[in-house]
Amino acid sequence: MNKKQSVLLQRTYIILIFCFMYLPIAVMIAFSFNESKSRANFTGFTLDWYKSLFHNEMILSALGLSLILALVSSVLATVLGTLATIGIHSMSRRTQLIVNNISYVPVVNPEIITGVSLMLLFVMAQNFGLGGDSGLFGWPTLLVAHITFNVPYVIFNVGPKLRQLDPSLYNAALDLGCTPRQAFFKVILPQLSPAILSAFLICLTYSIDDFMISYFNSGTMQTLPIAIYSMTRKKVSPEINALSAVMFCVILAIILVSNAADSRAYRKNQNAIRKAMQEEGAR
Amino acid sequence: MKHCVRKSAALLAVLALALTGAPGVLAEGEQIQVSEDISVSADYDWTRFADDGITLNVYNWGLYISDGSDDSVNVLSAFEDLTGIKVNYTTFDSNESLYAKLKSGGATYDVIVPSDYMVGKMAAEGMLAPLDFANIPNFAGVGEEYLGWDFDPDNTYSVPYTWGTTGLIYNTTLVDEAPTSWAALWDVQYANNVLMFNNSRDAYAIAAKKLGYSLNPASVEEVDIIMEELKAQKSVVQAYVMDEIFDKMEGGEAAMAPYYAGDALTMIDENPDLAFVHPSEGVNFFVDSMCVPANSKNKEAAELFINYMCEPSVGLANCDYIGYSTPITAVWEQLDDDLKYSEIAYPGEEVMAKAEVFSTLPDEVNAAMDAQWSEMKSYEEGGSGWMVVVMLLLAIAVSFFNIWRKLRKKARDNY
Repeated sequence: MNKKQSVLLQRTYIILIFCFMYLPIAVMIAFSFNESKSRANFTGFTLDWYKSLFHNEMILSALGLSLILALVSSVLATVLGTLATIGIHSMSRRTQLIVNNISYVPVVNPEIITGVSLMLLFVMAQNFGLGGDSGLFGWPTLLVAHITFNVPYVIFNVGPKLRQLDPSLYNAALDLGCTPRQAFFKVILPQLSPAILSAFLICLTYSIDDFMISYFNSGTMQTLPIAIYSMTRKKVSPEINALSAVMFCVILAIILVSNAADSRAYRKNQNAIRKAMQEEGAR
Repeated sequence: MKHCVRKSAALLAVLALALTGAPGVLAEGEQIQVSEDISVSADYDWTRFADDGITLNVYNWGLYISDGSDDSVNVLSAFEDLTGIKVNYTTFDSNESLYAKLKSGGATYDVIVPSDYMVGKMAAEGMLAPLDFANIPNFAGVGEEYLGWDFDPDNTYSVPYTWGTTGLIYNTTLVDEAPTSWAALWDVQYANNVLMFNNSRDAYAIAAKKLGYSLNPASVEEVDIIMEELKAQKSVVQAYVMDEIFDKMEGGEAAMAPYYAGDALTMIDENPDLAFVHPSEGVNFFVDSMCVPANSKNKEAAELFINYMCEPSVGLANCDYIGYSTPITAVWEQLDDDLKYSEIAYPGEEVMAKAEVFSTLPDEVNAAMDAQWSEMKSYEEGGSGWMVVVMLLLAIAVSFFNIWRKLRKKARDNY
């Protein structure tokens, strides 16, 4: 095989993989513009589904709940998880291992087990009179459930970063006159921030995505995945295609913008370094 | 387009009735105009909860109410405007998930819409509250043929919301002659061209009817026989589906499929090559009914909601949106002639005479049905039994490898 052929092969392979990943989304977006409700025949172009999506209170309120829930639970889980990581880090090796493994359980556990067991716990708490007359289920249970399954992801994102950190960094900060609190906020936290940010984003995705656990703990509330799932006896409305298309575009935009910002910061950084080196050389 | 015509026809009908004071439920005195398309009887105290700040938790099937999407009438916002009661409207996908949710104690609802056999089951388990029909005067507008079924013989607990039958949808261009029997779903000439219900109760009903049994098995032995029949069908079936049926049938990907009559109408609208038949052996007749759970905290407001749902203009909007048949006589009267006299939506005597309603099954029969259904589904499926073993072995091998690697690493570290 000559070089040309192998390049061709590589290209086809990559194109195939991308088709596999993005063709379904492309089809979905295309059919969100379909005039008829059918997902089989394309009968004409229309924006009606987008219009009707923004008038559909049920879908919008489900989306709103999903977003707010994701945001609040991710913020809380990130804070909680980061604190936990720091705590775990200062434990002895053996306890560290044990605690890490315990916090890994919810991740490897099938979601349905996490969901049902949380529900049973909440039902028990409710039977003890927690939540008063209107019952416990709803916001509080959803929030607790989401925080619960999000925290391990934070621990497993921030933990490795913390371990990579030079232990003398903290001591150096103290030596240079920081109080422990200052050392944490000014030295350790900024070092961890990329890991914390990525943990936060993971939580956000999992939280928006989650069906199983929310399903058992939502009470009379309804997140977006639950609303979509309930449409399966009749036909999932094309408004959902429209909504998915909007969400996909928003996420794509966020990724593109953040990548652009990253690469710009990187280039700026590189330029600064180069400049400094040139100045050094000139001297 | 059809939508608009239907709607304006309805509007005309309402106008005509209002003008002439025609007989029927509509004529009970004056009407309150709530929105363009919704008007309700003025002879009812709709606003008695207006100042109580009540929120009603309504749990219904997905896409099972006219909610303003797709140019439909928004029945819920009209209700909120009319009564000052807020509605927290959420949806479920199957009777079983509704039951599980209620039984778990994870939520309290005020209005739910279970199907026939689930009404029976819930009533038997004391999960439903007996209704106070003084609060639901519109109950009188429900046609007699939809009342008094076995699952709730005196209609103590339930008010019919929609009804329908199952039947056979087929693509006229893909079949040689129009099927008239459920046996067509077993016909080898349509091998890989047949779709089947992906839910045990409905699939069971078809096989049972084909063999001349009742769709409510009395014993575990009966379940065995029918499930054998479903196993025999497996080689002919292209896929077990629920909502995917719309795409597959509309797109001409399969020759025939059983489904609900109301949905068949939607599919035929989309693809005129499709046709629908009530197989001669008999079909399943289902009624989805509004009920109030026993632990509802707003029972009277819930009954007010049920009464509102039985208002002819509301029923018409829902019927128009859902596409299933209406049990309310005044709504039926206002339908277009081609729907009103449609054999699909409102079948005649001979179909109804042979139609059967699901009843609540004894626990052991239910369990047998569930177990055998899963067994049937996994039966012969490309040796999936093998896969489990292979995967398990693989998992064990991987974990052993991991342990071995760790040990080696430890040994090296020590060294």
